Amino acid sequence: MAKVTMNKALCKSCGLCVTACPKQIIKISTTDMNNKGYFVAEVIDMEKCIGCAFCATMCPDCVIEVEK
Amino acid sequence: MKKVFEKPKMLTDVPFHYCPGCSHGIVHRMVASAIDKLNAEKVIGVAPVGCAVFAYDYFNCDMQEAAHGRAPAVATGIKRTNPDAIVFAYQGDGDLASIGMAEIVHAAARSENITVIFINNAIYGMTGGQMAPTTMIGQKATTCQQGRSVELNGYPIHVSEMLAQLQGPCYIERVSTHDVKHVKQAEKAIDRAFRNQAEGKGFSLVEVLSSCPTNWGKNPLDAMKWVEEEMCKIYPLGVFKDTAKEEK
Ligand SMILES: Cc1ncc(C[n+]2csc(CCOP(=O)(O)OP(=O)(O)O)c2C)c(N)n1
Ligand code: SF4
Repeated sequence: MAKVTMNKALCKSCGLCVTACPKQIIKISTTDMNNKGYFVAEVIDMEKCIGCAFCATMCPDCVIEVEK
Repeated sequence: MKKVFEKPKMLTDVPFHYCPGCSHGIVHRMVASAIDKLNAEKVIGVAPVGCAVFAYDYFNCDMQEAAHGRAPAVATGIKRTNPDAIVFAYQGDGDLASIGMAEIVHAAARSENITVIFINNAIYGMTGGQMAPTTMIGQKATTCQQGRSVELNGYPIHVSEMLAQLQGPCYIERVSTHDVKHVKQAEKAIDRAFRNQAEGKGFSLVEVLSSCPTNWGKNPLDAMKWVEEEMCKIYPLGVFKDTAKEEK
């Protein structure tokens, strides 16, 4: 089991994490918007996370923390 | 569970002002984590003029803002008066390869014991997408709207290859940020460039192929694809100089 925590306030909706995730469990929300006005990235199936931190590696805004 | 990835301590809590998907943020994170690994007592960075002008707010160490292009000269002075500090310059291609070309060439030739991180996004970002010395033939910019032409604008400058011709530098590598694999390679190169300085080996420069989605008129994903498909072709990745290897 691994866990991804997103600091939503910093997300700019660029989507680089979405394509980096080998398990394809990150998507850009269509409802959750942060104070900057960006729809934020979210993990849709945490159970499948393998803790590789590929998402965090690509994130330009240090939004993502990964535990394993 | 233990943390396998968190924000480096060398970054402050100030949110980056960069556009969505801009490589500057990825490179800041890599630079900060490379410095974290050194456990250095004193670190001093030099910020450029360009989109990274606010880097002094983002790095958790003493920072000095340099006049446009002069970061390697400023870093030289700082390093010579603070030989125990880890000193780095962070510069864009407009900053380093046009107005600052003289400073970087001479700092490299003198083999100043500093680390230079060179962001090549083939354009002037901050000022609105003008042609840079690194803009590629055919690439459109606001000052070459039909695409850069050899007749009118000459050829792009390959900074890493050029500096590698000098005797001074210790280590010069070109890396990219377009996917996870390449970011991990870039991390290694940046780590190495900082370790070289800690070991007193002399001038190290890492050129990082970077995206500027805003001024290229692309979304962040297409911009990364463009780095991979177009930039990597013209600016091949690899180590251009490594004196540690040459000695073996
Ligand atoms: C002496 C001087 N000349 C020109 C400028 C205008 N200027 C500001 S940033 C910049 C170039 C920025 O491009 P680059 O270094 O590639 O950085 P980027 O914004 O792409 O990260 C220029 C020409 C200036 N600020 N000072
Ligand atoms: S203008 Fe380009 S280089 Fe500057 S922050 Fe935006 S994407 Fe990055």
